[in-house]
Amino acid sequence: MELVRSHVLVCGGTGCTSSGSQKLIEEFNKQIAAKDLEREVKVVQTGCFGLCALGPIVVVYPEGVYYSMVKVEDVEEIVSEHLLKGRIVKRLVFQEEEAASGAQSLGEVDFYKKQHRVALRNCGVINPENIEEYIAFDGYKALAKVLTQMTPEEVIDTISASGLRGRGGAGFPTGRKWQFARASKGDVKYVCCNADEGDPGAFMDRSVLEGDPHSVLEAMAIAGYAIGSNQGFIYIRAEYPIAVKRLEIAITQAKEYGLLGKDIFGTGFDFDIELRLGAGAFVCGEETALMTSIEGKRGEPRPRPPFPAVKGLWGKPSILNNVETYANIAQIINNGAEWFASIGTEKSKGTKVFALGGKIKNTGLVEIPMGTTLREIVEDIGGGCPDGKKFKAAQTGGPSGGCIPASLIDTPIDYDSLISIGSMMGSGGLIVMDEDNCMVDIAKFFLEFTVDESCGKCTPCRVGTKRLYEILDKITKGNGTLEDLDRMEALCYSIKNGALCGLGQTAPNPVLSTLRYFRDEYVAHVVDKKCPAGVCRELANYRINPDKCKGCSLCAKKCPVGAISGELKSPFVIDTTKCIKCGVCASTCKFGAVEK
Amino acid sequence: MAVKSLAELEAIKNKVMNEVNLRTEREDGTRIVVGMATCGIAAGARPVMAAFVEEVAKRQLNNVIVQQTGCIGICRLEPIVEVYAPGKEKVTYVKMTPDKAARIVAEHIVNGQVVNEFTIGASEK
Repeated sequence: MELVRSHVLVCGGTGCTSSGSQKLIEEFNKQIAAKDLEREVKVVQTGCFGLCALGPIVVVYPEGVYYSMVKVEDVEEIVSEHLLKGRIVKRLVFQEEEAASGAQSLGEVDFYKKQHRVALRNCGVINPENIEEYIAFDGYKALAKVLTQMTPEEVIDTISASGLRGRGGAGFPTGRKWQFARASKGDVKYVCCNADEGDPGAFMDRSVLEGDPHSVLEAMAIAGYAIGSNQGFIYIRAEYPIAVKRLEIAITQAKEYGLLGKDIFGTGFDFDIELRLGAGAFVCGEETALMTSIEGKRGEPRPRPPFPAVKGLWGKPSILNNVETYANIAQIINNGAEWFASIGTEKSKGTKVFALGGKIKNTGLVEIPMGTTLREIVEDIGGGCPDGKKFKAAQTGGPSGGCIPASLIDTPIDYDSLISIGSMMGSGGLIVMDEDNCMVDIAKFFLEFTVDESCGKCTPCRVGTKRLYEILDKITKGNGTLEDLDRMEALCYSIKNGALCGLGQTAPNPVLSTLRYFRDEYVAHVVDKKCPAGVCRELANYRINPDKCKGCSLCAKKCPVGAISGELKSPFVIDTTKCIKCGVCASTCKFGAVEK
Repeated sequence: MAVKSLAELEAIKNKVMNEVNLRTEREDGTRIVVGMATCGIAAGARPVMAAFVEEVAKRQLNNVIVQQTGCIGICRLEPIVEVYAPGKEKVTYVKMTPDKAARIVAEHIVNGQVVNEFTIGASEK
């Protein structure tokens, strides 16, 4: 009998790994051995806890004490004080600044209070490389229940009744997708998993795969039983080495335990899963392009119909669901459709995971019930913009989505209200922007991304996005005209209506939504030749305010082109014909005398 | 080893549950708190704590956790152990040994009978 009385959970997600969590694990093991606590204390590597900005995260149970930004030098103190003597190392405990309430357990802090973890339930709780821990938290119970007690139709009915919609972006009802695939005739069918998470700033799926890979495998087997398939493929990008490694371990272990492979639970049902690594092309997240890529061909989309449910991978009926969608399946089977349907709003059930990024204090991973307002996510969970800056807008859905301005911050987050305000749920990237962000520049950034990632098969996307980018570039350089704005809008609709696949159809969204909510900023660029946020370099016009200038000459010394001149102790001036607008003078001045 | 039935799956679950159970946050449940400051450790708190952990594990008491705490303040009575059961008053046991720990788990934790002779009240009479 093991005498383990305490568990030290160290985050092994990509975020914390890059801030050195592997070294912490080694050090913990070393220090624990030195104190002779090996039999009492166990160090466990887990998936993401969500608060990536404060990594590496270490949680000690049974107390549930949450340590943040732990360094290798801190380990000895945690071991000798907390693990040996039971004295919590208060200086390392994560505390929210305002509260400083001394909250020591996870549920008490604001960051977690409003969250509801369904898809992430096991992330940061179990060791993802140990199938038995997954089983201990009811893992593979849903698969057993489905295979031994339910018909495929009952499984599909349960998923349909739960109201689960695809978490990859478009929000298609999952039950209906499975229904179509089940109804398609065919001896061979395929179950695919879309783990090709390509949106800049999005890492929800990676975290699920790193923290709880078995939940995806179990759900794919359930999907296989429901639609009549014996083979699954996970299409994952090669840039996710930790997720790939954990999936490989999980598949091997599931096969060892007979939970994948032949005759699962003695029911005669066979199901196997293989990995396919993607090379990182954004378009391969589109379902037809993804399947083409699994087949070993160049990842390009094709027109639909026929939909994959009828003719998918290798021309066979197939389903493709996103990682997060699968992460909900076993829970729905175990807890019932009514349970899931009780979370969220009328048309959007359950929860959604968001990767919070950009100008926000608590960068990280959050899971909230549908219908939570953007304000709750940004201010309560995310802790607001850093340095007291004003919230300006949030971008959901990455390059396919749109921005939500501050005036709409009380919008409840669900599929339909996001569409109605010109954005979309997307896969769950949520990028926060503050007053220092230029919206024209943001639109340009996303367009630059889609221009790069357009596969080039159809003209509206290949040529259209390029032209759109060029107009945006022209505007940020101060050469735009008001006609350009109208021309841009018309071009957006041509691309939306004409493009072959989702990539092109949604690519103009960042432009359309910024035009809708921040037209005044575009106008300022075009008419006043000014960038209100001071981001667009070509539009910056540096001048020295003579009332503030003390004549210290520091700016003149730093100016790389010698454009600043003047006499000591009297105001200096910038020669705008020489100025290259590098901004060094503004960042050098101690009196705030250099103005844009 | 292939899992061929729900019962076999449950068996694995129960085996591991004992261990991972530590990681669930809970409000109810009994806490056994062992004083593990320098005074406690010097008086032999480590083996007492190990005995508690072992007994709790052996009996698969999933709702009981063993924790340490710092100095309680009456060092002459160490090792000191306090038992917090939900809805009941705290019970303080003093001058603990591993054998006493086994009895406390059997009588107090499992059967709800406070072992009066080991309590601070009995010791200080």
